[in-house]
Amino acid sequence: MPVTSSVVRDEGRGELSTRSSSSSGTKAGTAVRARGLVKRFGDFVAVDGIDVEVPLGESFGFLGPNGAGKSSTMRMIGCVSPPSAGELTVLGLDPRRDGSRIRARLGVVPQQDTLDQELTVRENLVLYARYFGLSRAHARAKADELLEFAHLTDRADDRVEPLSGGMKRRLTIARALVNDPDVLLLDEPTTGLDPQARHLLWERLFRLKRQGVTLILTTHYMDEAEQLCDRLVVMDGGRIVAEGSPRELIEQHSSREVLELRFTDDDHLGLEVAVRDLADRVETLPDRLLLYSADGDAALRAVLDRGVSPESSLVRRSSLEDVFLRLTGRSLVD
Amino acid sequence: MTALAKGLARLVVIPAGAGMSRAVLERNLVVARRYWVSILSGFVEPVLYLFSLGIGLGSLVGQIPIGDGRVVGYAEFVAPALLAASAMNGAIYDSTFAVFWKIKYGKIYEAQLATPLGPRDVALGEVAWAQLRGGLYAAMFVAVMLLAGFLSSWWALLALPAAVVVGVAFAGAGMAATTFMKSWQDFDLVNLAILPMFLFSATFYPLSAYPEALQWVVRLTPLYHGVSLLRSLTLGTVGWALVGHLLYLVVMGVVGLLIAARRLERLLLT
Repeated sequence: MPVTSSVVRDEGRGELSTRSSSSSGTKAGTAVRARGLVKRFGDFVAVDGIDVEVPLGESFGFLGPNGAGKSSTMRMIGCVSPPSAGELTVLGLDPRRDGSRIRARLGVVPQQDTLDQELTVRENLVLYARYFGLSRAHARAKADELLEFAHLTDRADDRVEPLSGGMKRRLTIARALVNDPDVLLLDEPTTGLDPQARHLLWERLFRLKRQGVTLILTTHYMDEAEQLCDRLVVMDGGRIVAEGSPRELIEQHSSREVLELRFTDDDHLGLEVAVRDLADRVETLPDRLLLYSADGDAALRAVLDRGVSPESSLVRRSSLEDVFLRLTGRSLVD
Repeated sequence: MTALAKGLARLVVIPAGAGMSRAVLERNLVVARRYWVSILSGFVEPVLYLFSLGIGLGSLVGQIPIGDGRVVGYAEFVAPALLAASAMNGAIYDSTFAVFWKIKYGKIYEAQLATPLGPRDVALGEVAWAQLRGGLYAAMFVAVMLLAGFLSSWWALLALPAAVVVGVAFAGAGMAATTFMKSWQDFDLVNLAILPMFLFSATFYPLSAYPEALQWVVRLTPLYHGVSLLRSLTLGTVGWALVGHLLYLVVMGVVGLLIAARRLERLLLT
């Protein structure tokens, strides 16, 4: 694993966002601006009037459960889905009129790979570059460069199908870079990948971010959002329910720490009342109690002083996942 | 009525494109390089028909009158019809089965439409490619006709470009039809249209063999116009009727192309 990525990952979350904003937040202009943006499919409202503004150079995330409207929003930004209502400009242009010109400056990583199975790995890159009107010589040189970037030089002349999921994803990201895009749209870039493949992808994306590429991604992985996003919105039911940097969201919607108490059987179900005053918020789950508090250790001492005796306890920092679950609920969305 | 008018108005608005259909064509050429043997094999069938029917059956049939007082051998009569069928078959394959796979399974157009390419570029590139395959078969068939001495007029020089027009007509219509298909079973309909056309479009005998009423039915089918066009050119029986045949085929190709592009927009850019 290259050095840069491990350095970055070992830093705290707060430092991650300050560092990136100082190094890549220098480009002027707006990548995406949406006002009251709506997408309807028949009677179904997929995106219900969202306002979003993403400056160039920023890494911006759409978080939300399945069906929240993330992909519909991404397709509208990618100019492959006309908005039903509201305003949308991408790179200062109107997708309804200038779709082709906008798409020439975007790189798109769709949720499901759309690699060309009739072509080899290298041909996938070369011909995709040709779709952007790049010369053959330029396309070939770019393909070599991107094969290197995606760690796929050894597989350049293989067909796409035998590649692993991680390799296909890397190739899809490499393909999205053939035109040196100003904005990279990534729809759930690492869903379904193993941890090694995810970390390698994150490292590649981080390199792009530092080069000043605007990243706009959707994810439901909280660690991914914390790793990559300077700022994000949480979507639920087609609306934006929260907005901010990962740290701001945690501060606004959760406590600094969380105390988790596990019990042997269901005897904790009545305990919420007994400890409610010891934390900002108490949540009862089927197998444990969660106490949201600025000082988890102090809360634990207070709980034990009350004579409550959990089987085990854990004090941890509040994460984006806590925010996410608080805002979008714990019930399963299909 | 208003719905029909609206539908027509929508069709006339030309679907978006970046004028880069050649990139779509180039992609198909790269893929075809790998299948060139199987692609070339498609040319063999009409040649086999030519020799079996033209020379074998032809020896029983005798001379055919071609309207201007002349008579020609059966092989000479049937060859231009097989040329038209050859252009049709070549164009149909890549504008139907191949396009269906690309829409439904290959996600080829989804990837292409995320680039500056628009639905018009995709439709035009596919039709250009499909007719190129039809044109290739036609070129090889014309070479066979030349070697066999079945070309009796200088007008025959125009047979190849005319065969390309036949290819465009069927490629456009084939791709348009394919955008409405839901499953592979629907392609039985393609065969159901192609085979009777191949057999009955005045391919193997003159139109005058039919009773008057049936002649009008045959005159509506596109392959009849392709056959008539090519037969007039290779036999040198040129007249104003050629303009009518040509117009029919060009309109069919262009309308097919527009419908195909519009349908791709409806299917993929939602």
